Amino acid sequence: MMTTMLKVLGRGVLGLAGAGMMAAVAAAPAAADESTGARIDWGPYKVGDVRSGYTYAGAQTRAMQDDEFQNPAFLWLERGMDIWDTVEGEAGKACADCHGDAEESMAGVATRYPIYFEDWGKLMNIEQRINWCRETQMRAEPFAWESDDLLGITAFVKNQSKGMAVDVAIDGPAAPFFEMGKDFYQTRRGQLDLACTHCHVDNPGNLIRAEILSQGQVNGFPTYRLKWQTVGSLHRRFRGCNKNIRAEPFPYGSDEYVNLELYTSWRGNGLPVESPSVRK
Amino acid sequence: MATIRPRVKAPRKASAGEVVEIKTLINHSMESGQRKDKDGNPIPRQIIHRFEAQFNGQEFFAVDLQPAISANPYLSFFAKLEESGEFTFRWHDDDGSVYEETKSVEVT
Amino acid sequence: MLEMQDSGGTSRRRVLFSLGGAAAVATGLSVVPGLGARLAHATEAEVAETIKEMLGEVPAEGGVSVDLPEIAENGNTVPMTFEVDAPMTADSHVKDVMVLADGNPAPRVATFHFTPMSGKATASTRMRLVGTQNVVVVARMNDGTAMMGKKQVKVTIGGCGG
Repeated sequence: MMTTMLKVLGRGVLGLAGAGMMAAVAAAPAAADESTGARIDWGPYKVGDVRSGYTYAGAQTRAMQDDEFQNPAFLWLERGMDIWDTVEGEAGKACADCHGDAEESMAGVATRYPIYFEDWGKLMNIEQRINWCRETQMRAEPFAWESDDLLGITAFVKNQSKGMAVDVAIDGPAAPFFEMGKDFYQTRRGQLDLACTHCHVDNPGNLIRAEILSQGQVNGFPTYRLKWQTVGSLHRRFRGCNKNIRAEPFPYGSDEYVNLELYTSWRGNGLPVESPSVRK
Repeated sequence: MATIRPRVKAPRKASAGEVVEIKTLINHSMESGQRKDKDGNPIPRQIIHRFEAQFNGQEFFAVDLQPAISANPYLSFFAKLEESGEFTFRWHDDDGSVYEETKSVEVT
Repeated sequence: MLEMQDSGGTSRRRVLFSLGGAAAVATGLSVVPGLGARLAHATEAEVAETIKEMLGEVPAEGGVSVDLPEIAENGNTVPMTFEVDAPMTADSHVKDVMVLADGNPAPRVATFHFTPMSGKATASTRMRLVGTQNVVVVARMNDGTAMMGKKQVKVTIGGCGG
């Protein structure tokens, strides 16, 4: 029954675009051709059947990501670079006091998060780890979610793993959280009664009205979105997706989203860290 | 972003007569003046309205920007270099602020 | 939804239509937020008037190449490069280049000022386009002669906002 329904949805997504509901739709197939990537060698951005959002982006957007002097996210990354060396909090420490040169100490870190921490009793993503460090080690105020500071330091830390393959662990103590993330991914929600799978497993490459659905890979976050005209976190994107299907979004850093972050990261194991990427 | 800081790519070295590319980015929301806040009140325009590029004190390129320029404005352009010296780049904000960045280049 | 699927084509279309409708709600507000249909937009005539203010008349097309995506992925950030086919010497050079858009709330996008030291009359930036429209680039030389380039950009609206 489930399978039949998914097929209907699949056809529907295509059918909508084909019906020409929007004037712009007429032009969409060209973009679709480009983004099916049949003739393009995507290099590290495609591992087996797993394709980074980069491979669904237009040429201009890819060019913007490829050149760090065109990629506006580097304005945030530079802010993060400053934060790394800035002493804050009662302990009188900066990130650099414990972690030294980020190029060495942070290399590869972003490939492994979210991680289960015993003293935390659950998963922690990089944003939460940074704020944990600030509160526990530096005795400083945590950064607010989606603040330029948290986005900047997260982009900076993740960028130290740029090009390294995502490799999150889902066994051991992480296993139950992975299962919860997987459940979330497969659960229908919202007034549109859609699960993540309906768009990102069954229909990547197909049009949803004028836009091409991607596999929903997360290896490029935080990302500069052309639509947002700013950098945003993965949880902002999760919230956006949930709102699109008219579901109540979960809070930033909620257990639901951190578990989902592990599941979606695992789906992209092997893809290179692209942070900070540029997406449409 | 609270702190506005430009990012500029210009070559450190060039040969005399060479035409070099310069790329600039600055973090700025470029508030268009067309939007309304949650209560329906118009959000006043605040943009970078002017960019100037000088070399050794002489302006060689400038742009008047309108609200139709995207947030975090990107500009790339060229300069023909005959002598060593210093670039000065200035961004003028509607609120009167001026953001400045300099880059030196050695011409041989 | 499963029952609707069983009941045939009409219902199926209804289901799918609601999906599209939701996408419109989700994204319609956010492509250049606040620039809804309620605003008067610039027109081709207004663009022509603006060019006449600067140059006296609208030049013939040619001499300016405009590189813009045929389809913009998002109207908030559309990359553009123009290049004027002209020398950049003290005697003969491009002075001003005005970029206009005929479907935005106001026709002006930016005006670039060049000198012989600019080396070449080319520049890149990123612009906001509220919908499918023409981008017009006019260039004025130091002797007053003018050139023009034009390109239509399709701006897609719809799909997933987030």
